[in-house]
Amino acid sequence: MLRRGPPPAPLDYTRRWWLRAWLALTFVFLYAPIAILVLFSFNDSRRNIVWQGFTLDYYVKAANNVSLLEAFSNSLVIAALSTVISVVLGGLLALALYRFRFPGRPAVEAANQLPIVVPEICMGVALLVFFAEVGWPRGLPWPLSLSNIVAGHVAFSFPFVAVVVRARLAGFDRAQEEASRDLGASEWQTFRRVTLPYMRPGLIAGGLLAMTLSLDDFVITFFTSGPDTLTFPVKVYSMVRFGATPEVNAASTVLIAITIALTVVAMRLQAPPKAGA
Amino acid sequence: MAPPPIVRIEHVTKRFGDYPAVEDVSLDIAANELFALLGPSGCGKTTLLRMLAGFERPSAGRILIGGADMTTVPPNRRPVNMVFQSYAVFPHMTVADNVAYGLRVDGTPAGEIAPRVDAALEMVRLGGYKARMPEQLSGGQRQRVALARALVKRPKVLLLDEPLSALDRKLREDMQLELVRLQHEVGITFVMVTHDQEEALSMANRVAVMDAGRVLQVAAPRTLYENPTHRFVADFIGTMNSFDVEVRGVDGDRARVRHPLLGELEVARAAPHVIGGVLIVRPEKLRLDISGAAVAGEHLIDAVIEQVAYYGDLSFVFVRLDDGTRLQVSRYNVNRVDKGDPPPGTRCRVGVHPEDLLLVDDDG
Repeated sequence: MLRRGPPPAPLDYTRRWWLRAWLALTFVFLYAPIAILVLFSFNDSRRNIVWQGFTLDYYVKAANNVSLLEAFSNSLVIAALSTVISVVLGGLLALALYRFRFPGRPAVEAANQLPIVVPEICMGVALLVFFAEVGWPRGLPWPLSLSNIVAGHVAFSFPFVAVVVRARLAGFDRAQEEASRDLGASEWQTFRRVTLPYMRPGLIAGGLLAMTLSLDDFVITFFTSGPDTLTFPVKVYSMVRFGATPEVNAASTVLIAITIALTVVAMRLQAPPKAGA
Repeated sequence: MAPPPIVRIEHVTKRFGDYPAVEDVSLDIAANELFALLGPSGCGKTTLLRMLAGFERPSAGRILIGGADMTTVPPNRRPVNMVFQSYAVFPHMTVADNVAYGLRVDGTPAGEIAPRVDAALEMVRLGGYKARMPEQLSGGQRQRVALARALVKRPKVLLLDEPLSALDRKLREDMQLELVRLQHEVGITFVMVTHDQEEALSMANRVAVMDAGRVLQVAAPRTLYENPTHRFVADFIGTMNSFDVEVRGVDGDRARVRHPLLGELEVARAAPHVIGGVLIVRPEKLRLDISGAAVAGEHLIDAVIEQVAYYGDLSFVFVRLDDGTRLQVSRYNVNRVDKGDPPPGTRCRVGVHPEDLLLVDDDG
């Protein structure tokens, strides 16, 4: 008689070869394109197809490309501003939705989800029409010239922050706020010392999301930016139209590195304080 | 002259919309009392406690703490502190920071905070846990943190919302003794909300029994058990048997009543307001009589044993009287060599002493 072993425990599954292979394939699928992008940024070739040898030339070239640098710094400034504004707006909205019962609250909650599901192209056209209609000033000095792009980015990122923070707050024990008041703290002290620390992981996660959305947004930026404001994705698009050179790879690799570095910093901030301090 | 009460609740009513959570409650709580608010869920006991803490504002009436009117004072300016049912320990702070919180927001000098925090943690036996995070503590330890955090502020009154409900049985019994010890040690008035009658009886000096927003009776545990004024109180605290009787006349604290099986007898009356009502008797005060030996002054009623529940130290014997009334009789297992409980179906008699009967308010 064939003797079968006991059914596998949940952790036993990772010991099966085919599951490991599946996991490996998933990672290859996810990261191979990025790895190739990074690899070919060091390729000593005018084109991006065949590996010719290692060089840092294209990093130097990208660093000397004035319009690429301008686009890059525009993107970073826009991302920073729209992230800060989105975190404040989204955090406050989440708090209001969590704390208060008011007429029209379900409508507000639904309206908050809308920018998440509306197709970006529609958002882009809508913002274009909106800015034209209200007569948003053009030709302002930098960085005010970025204001309409920042406004557009805030419009589609802060709902994400609100959703993330709202989910975080769902697990909050309101007795903590009452305990704080009971122990002598004012409303403001309670918010700063009890509620805000609880919201923090949600705010950081939401902020990261907002930053990523802003950094790589193409469609909405394309529709809202004036003729003389370039952001990194828009610039890369225009460069790629004339052939994807390793210069584009190099610039993208720098952006990836910055994003990863920011994520690591955010994760560090999010980690619970070590016990025994 | 009696000292002035530390807490005075004057005709307090609290409505949520149309729903009256607390209705016209007046209570005095004396300094150094361990006072319990007891009642089923939804009776208004927690709302009353939250009004003492300042989280709810009375719709009518006044609340005085230490002689000062606190009715509209916000929670952070009241000389009371609370231990929450969920403990509400701050998860992002160490044990020591949790306990120091109330002192820090008050602007207590830093040099004073550390020794007071140490003393408070020592008092709840958590001296070695200062640097731990709440997630590293057990439920019982978290509760001790919540206690220390409240006591370190030296409140006039400590409020406890269902302090033992989240603990398992063994820990609950230990913590009951611990809370009583603490209360003696710190000499602070404790006001505790509970739905557990044993907890209230074993811990409190006085208990207020609440039902549907009203306080029915305020008394020492023994009085509540032996002299309940309302059928609800008798029912809620312990077990009781009841006889519907016809009241023939009242005279002071006695009443003459008539019952088809017991005949006419004179019994004690629980309170002057009791006029109509029911006769109650506790199961352990009834005697199961099989052999036929009468005890002086007893009334004997014929009955049939219906069911027996054996608990080791005692058995509950359920009997049915000729008129269909069911009674519960406690039978203590005092000898190791006993013949055991009589089987269901046995005819017997139940001995009732008139002094063990009490006429109470039939409030439904």
